[in-house]
Amino acid sequence: MEIPRHWRLRKQRYSLVGEVCPHCQVRIFPPRDVCPSCGKEARELYTFSGRGEVYSYTTIYEAPSGFEQQVPYTVALIRLEEGPMVTAQLTDVSPEEVQIGMPVEMVTRKLRTDGDERGLILYGYKFRPRLQQA
Amino acid sequence: MDEVIIAGVGQTEVGEHWEIALRDLAFAAIQEAVRDAGGLRPQALFVGNMLAPSLSRQAHLGALIADFAGLSGIEAVTVEAAEASGGAALRAAYLAVKSGALDIALVVGVEKMTDRIGPSAEEALTSVTDADFESPQGLTPTAQAALLMRRYMHEHGVPSDGFAGFALTAHANAVTNPYAMFRKAITVETYRKAEMVSDPLNLFDMAPSADGAAALILTRPDVLPSHGDRPWVRIIGSAIATDTLALHDRRDMLFFEAAQRSASYALKQARLTLDQIDFFEYHDVFSIYAALQLESTGFAIRGHGWKLAAEGAIGLQGRIPCATFGGMKARGFPGGAAGVYQAVEAVLQLRGEAGKNQVPGARIGMIQSLGGPAATAVTHLFQAA
Repeated sequence: MEIPRHWRLRKQRYSLVGEVCPHCQVRIFPPRDVCPSCGKEARELYTFSGRGEVYSYTTIYEAPSGFEQQVPYTVALIRLEEGPMVTAQLTDVSPEEVQIGMPVEMVTRKLRTDGDERGLILYGYKFRPRLQQA
Repeated sequence: MDEVIIAGVGQTEVGEHWEIALRDLAFAAIQEAVRDAGGLRPQALFVGNMLAPSLSRQAHLGALIADFAGLSGIEAVTVEAAEASGGAALRAAYLAVKSGALDIALVVGVEKMTDRIGPSAEEALTSVTDADFESPQGLTPTAQAALLMRRYMHEHGVPSDGFAGFALTAHANAVTNPYAMFRKAITVETYRKAEMVSDPLNLFDMAPSADGAAALILTRPDVLPSHGDRPWVRIIGSAIATDTLALHDRRDMLFFEAAQRSASYALKQARLTLDQIDFFEYHDVFSIYAALQLESTGFAIRGHGWKLAAEGAIGLQGRIPCATFGGMKARGFPGGAAGVYQAVEAVLQLRGEAGKNQVPGARIGMIQSLGGPAATAVTHLFQAA
């Protein structure tokens, strides 16, 4: 089990907290302390809206440990409204319904169990088809 | 004189070597390379390995392999850059010999991919992705490739069997490679009927994970006792470039910037242009990676990489022969050894010892080893002496 890692990432996993660069205003997710756009230091927190659209997607049938119970599941690259791309599972949708460009929104779901059935349950962001057009 | 040459090469057959341990596999390739180099004794060993700590429960391969190869006591370390580990180990040895710090260096790429199967093997392979923001979502390296492939097909209007040419070429070339895992040609029908792995990526869009080891002896002409009668091969370009580890952090998903940068650095060192390259060993762990490499290095314009394969331009007689011994797809994909196999195969081409796989008149070859979706790209240029 990796309890410190899960604890450390809680703001990102539960509420998509990234950063905004104080120099060039670029929004950053996942957070990193050097702005990918201007190269200056960026440590100001910024909470993303959770809205975005599907850039690409695929379905996984052969999963790594911890995900075997979920197959088949769909993973996507989501372009967030604020600019950055995020890797996330899609939920509440069947693979056939997914399309490039589909509007999606962030929800909190169980990601996996760390360890056996008595292990830590990890929650975090997934994305579902957007319920209301913003 | 600071010219670096490859004086000896060795390789084992790529396959499921359940009966052979990692250390013995490495030794088999080393023994062949040392013999091929006329018995030169290396001063240092650079091991290219991706995942022995998790796939084989074995770290510290430098000391282990030096010992079991009868080289106990020499300098020995592992170089790791995911699937590009083999290329990166070659680069490290090249730097050492080029600088004059070492006179004779041994590179061995080795990987046991078949000791583990199922979810735990998949988990190990997934450890080369971003452990904070990719793998927690269940993403795998295969799924990364599938994400790129779908977007590429969407943007460039590629038909569903558009990537078949990569597998067809690889399998056709592997038929006459005694070290290849799959020595069987396939047809476009085989490709069309293949099982879907991660839509739109099918079984023939990905290379089979397998065990293997390959080795090289690097030295300089000035330290050789005599030139001997073995035709050596010169390393005329060597470069590594990196990109974001996580796919989602890329500014441009459908262009391998690290592949472009490392290829152009290597070409600049060699004072060559792309049209002078006689063959290209790309890193076709996934067919989409082969297409993106052809475009990023400049052999094809953007959106046209797949067409080179579809039009037969990458065959042995084509405009730019690729995967000349079967590539990762049909020779097989032995993880961190893959980049060293590319080097061994390029040397055979440039010595004119490629038999039925010979690229006619090959004088200059380019090899490129990728870690992940070109988060690392290692390019080497070789020239026949």
